[in-house]
Amino acid sequence: MSESPVTTETAGAEAPAPLGPWARMRRRSLRHGSVLFGGFLLLAFVAIALTAPLLAPHDPYAQDLTKRLIDPVWSAKGSWAHPLGTDQLGRDYLSRMLYGSRVSLIIGLVAMTISGLIGTAMGVAAGYFGGRVDHVVNFVVTTRLSMPVILVALAVVAIAGSSLVVVVLVLGFLLWDRFAVVMRSATRQVRDLEYVTAAEALGMSVWRIVLSEILPNVLGALIVIATLEMAHAILLEAALSFLGLGVQPPTPSWGLMVSEGRKVMFFKSWLITIPGAALFLLVLAINLLGDGLRDVMAPEGRG
Amino acid sequence: MLGFLVKRLALALLVAVTVSVVGFVLLRASGDIAVAIAGEGATETDIQAVRQQYGFDRPLPVQYVEWLGKTLSGDLGRSVYFNVPVAQLIAERLPVTLLLGALSLVFALALSIPLGVVAALRPNSLLDHAALWLAVFGQAMPSFWFALLLILVLGVWGRLLPISGTGSLLNYVMPAIALGYYATPAIMRLTRAGMVEVLGSDYIRTARAKGLRTGKVLFKHALRNAVIPVVSLAAVQFGFMLSGSIVIESIFALPGVGQLAWISLQRSDFTVVQGIVLMLSVIYILLALLADLFNAWLDPRIRVA
Amino acid sequence: MSGGMSPGMGETPLLAVEDLRVDLPLEQGTLHAVRGLSFEVGRGETLCLVGESGCGKSLTSLAVMGLLPRRAKRSARRLSFDGQELLGLSERRMAALRGNRLAMIFQEPMTSLNPAYSIGDQLEEALLCHRRVGRRQARERAVHLLERVGITAAGRRLGQYPHQLSGGLRQRIMIAMALMCGPELIIADEPTTALDVTIQAQILHLLLELKREMGLALVLITHDLGVVARVADKVAVMYAGEIVESGSAVEIFGNPRHPYTRGLLSCVPVPGRTRPGEPLGSIPGIVPSLVGSLEECGFRERCALAQAACRRPVPLHRLEAGRAVRCVLADPAGAPA
Repeated sequence: MSESPVTTETAGAEAPAPLGPWARMRRRSLRHGSVLFGGFLLLAFVAIALTAPLLAPHDPYAQDLTKRLIDPVWSAKGSWAHPLGTDQLGRDYLSRMLYGSRVSLIIGLVAMTISGLIGTAMGVAAGYFGGRVDHVVNFVVTTRLSMPVILVALAVVAIAGSSLVVVVLVLGFLLWDRFAVVMRSATRQVRDLEYVTAAEALGMSVWRIVLSEILPNVLGALIVIATLEMAHAILLEAALSFLGLGVQPPTPSWGLMVSEGRKVMFFKSWLITIPGAALFLLVLAINLLGDGLRDVMAPEGRG
Repeated sequence: MLGFLVKRLALALLVAVTVSVVGFVLLRASGDIAVAIAGEGATETDIQAVRQQYGFDRPLPVQYVEWLGKTLSGDLGRSVYFNVPVAQLIAERLPVTLLLGALSLVFALALSIPLGVVAALRPNSLLDHAALWLAVFGQAMPSFWFALLLILVLGVWGRLLPISGTGSLLNYVMPAIALGYYATPAIMRLTRAGMVEVLGSDYIRTARAKGLRTGKVLFKHALRNAVIPVVSLAAVQFGFMLSGSIVIESIFALPGVGQLAWISLQRSDFTVVQGIVLMLSVIYILLALLADLFNAWLDPRIRVA
Repeated sequence: MSGGMSPGMGETPLLAVEDLRVDLPLEQGTLHAVRGLSFEVGRGETLCLVGESGCGKSLTSLAVMGLLPRRAKRSARRLSFDGQELLGLSERRMAALRGNRLAMIFQEPMTSLNPAYSIGDQLEEALLCHRRVGRRQARERAVHLLERVGITAAGRRLGQYPHQLSGGLRQRIMIAMALMCGPELIIADEPTTALDVTIQAQILHLLLELKREMGLALVLITHDLGVVARVADKVAVMYAGEIVESGSAVEIFGNPRHPYTRGLLSCVPVPGRTRPGEPLGSIPGIVPSLVGSLEECGFRERCALAQAACRRPVPLHRLEAGRAVRCVLADPAGAPA
């Protein structure tokens, strides 16, 4: 009557088909609200920036002093000719808003790329080599953190002459600190894993180990920091332009537009609320994407 | 502890020297500072005159050593625009900026630490989500725009607060909110993360097993450990606030160091700018030092080594 | 050893647990980690809860102390301490009992002390929150107990911090801390597992000595049958969230009835019973998942004697004086074998 003793798998819970880490992440991202929302919003901004010439109803630089400070379409005196009204120089505000997305995105992307390259190189070097290299990088990061970013950026821009290129370069060369810090600890974690030790034992060169073993494994952390720093660069450009030491008129930068609208903000408040809201939404989109990706990559906790 | 102190002081000093060198070189290397000072429409002779007057024609190391020597004796040079010593200018305006920074930090801490604690106590509750969204919004809000919105809503439409000047402490309310709000998300997240981690730790269970009341467990055993990383962050954020005061002070017309920097930048008064960069860096370095010492006091693993 | 299973005739047991259940809601369903546990501990008695890791021993102890994680759900027909029902007791009144009349010693001495406060502070605090005494008295009590648990230079230790002390010292301090208010019951959850083997014996010895000296009741949670054999008055063997066999230590070791208990006993060398060179047994298979309902004997899959009846829920068969076995083979109403 008695059954033979059987050794079986855990009853009940069925193991799902094994997925690779990237496939699992892709699947989780698609279910993650803030990744979806942030990603979608960011894509929308990118699409607007790319197609601005097609979307813009007017030339963003065309001044018409007879059409100054026209109210937007939702106010009683507005019309569809200028859906968001016009500014003090009679330029179509919607067109300037659409073109303004280009400035923010370019600044964000290029500054993030420059700072990402610098910071990642420093962080990976510190994490991989440790010891003296680590100390030096630590010291450089500490020094950089001790300098007031906004003021240094303003001063350099003031001396070098303000233009889009200068602003991008200044931000790129100032904002690598977080990349360095995060990449350092991420690299340190990966460095002690067995496959890196194995690669070393196989006599692989440092470059190959970093490129083929380390970088792919710290990519997640890199993406998250990249989004945060992109948002940071966009906000800083806006602040510099707002203070009159960033992108120069007549370029349509959202920060600059807030600064220009400020003189009449008590009567024409949309001139500051619209570009400010656009900045807010763009940065929100990037941050949501970054936060969401962090959750997706480390699902055990946020914070 | 003494070894730690000495090491930490040496590091601070080294950072300060490095910052002064970098700041000095940066101002010289970013472009021809003489051209910037001489201003638009200056002739070559004017620029040459500026070069000689400021000593820009001499080798950079010589300039630096001379500048450092003067700086150490308290002489930060003379402002071209205001025609008074830079040290005096800064000293006059520093109290406004420090007050603004302190109020902003107090606002940020008073908002973010309780929120972080409550969010950690009830993870995934409505309050936790609300706090998270507040943080997400806060991080995306350009500070100058937030300041202008405050002026519009509280100052112009609500007529609740004065929109500029330094007449009373009320003048500092909006600037402090605008400047402090930007720091709240980071502090809140760190507090929440720290509390979540600490609350799940074995020693919190021990404290509860002893029969301590919930309040004592939270505030004596949990918060103290959770707040250790927050101290460092708060110091860093205070440094950022001093730097960010340039935006806020210029919006609210607060006559602090930030506004001075802004005015000086527009007038190409780089002696003043250099003085302010150095001063803000030194303050930041001192803050980081104080935060480390405070941490050492909070954390016996550092203190009793 | 008392040998008897019931703590005196008619006397209320110090700790009475009846049908204790602990459920953990998970994404895949509810994990029934503790599934209807009943036991009693009389004054001065030592009960050993034995079982593999993951069988619900630790959750049982946390459930009694009211220290379960927030998401865990606790229910029972009865959970009383010295006649007082603990279920539904407010956190404030539960806190008044904890550390005072019933204390707990944890598995992990390295992380169970707060790194931010001195040993003295943490010891004194245990007394100060329950008794109206001054700092000085608390300090004297702390020094006295530190000396009692075998810590030299006790006065100096009070000013030290956890990170300055070894694991063995910290566990002694945890024991002293549990004793601060002179509790009637101590629950010790694998108190020696995290320690070096040589230290393990010392700590265990200390615990027993203190228990005898102070007349404490002790619930010792362990997976180490060697320890059980040395200290237990009563033993409850747990498997998959249930008690599969309970009884006096003498009877459990002398005449194990449940196949799992027999399996466990064959896994450890018992002095005097295992001949040198004789191979030790092991139990093949793994513990069943406790997510969702388990309407059969949890040990069936691993049991060499499993039969059809094991596929149905198996009740706890109460045998002679305090002996109980959850196995169809032990059914007094005519089982095969």
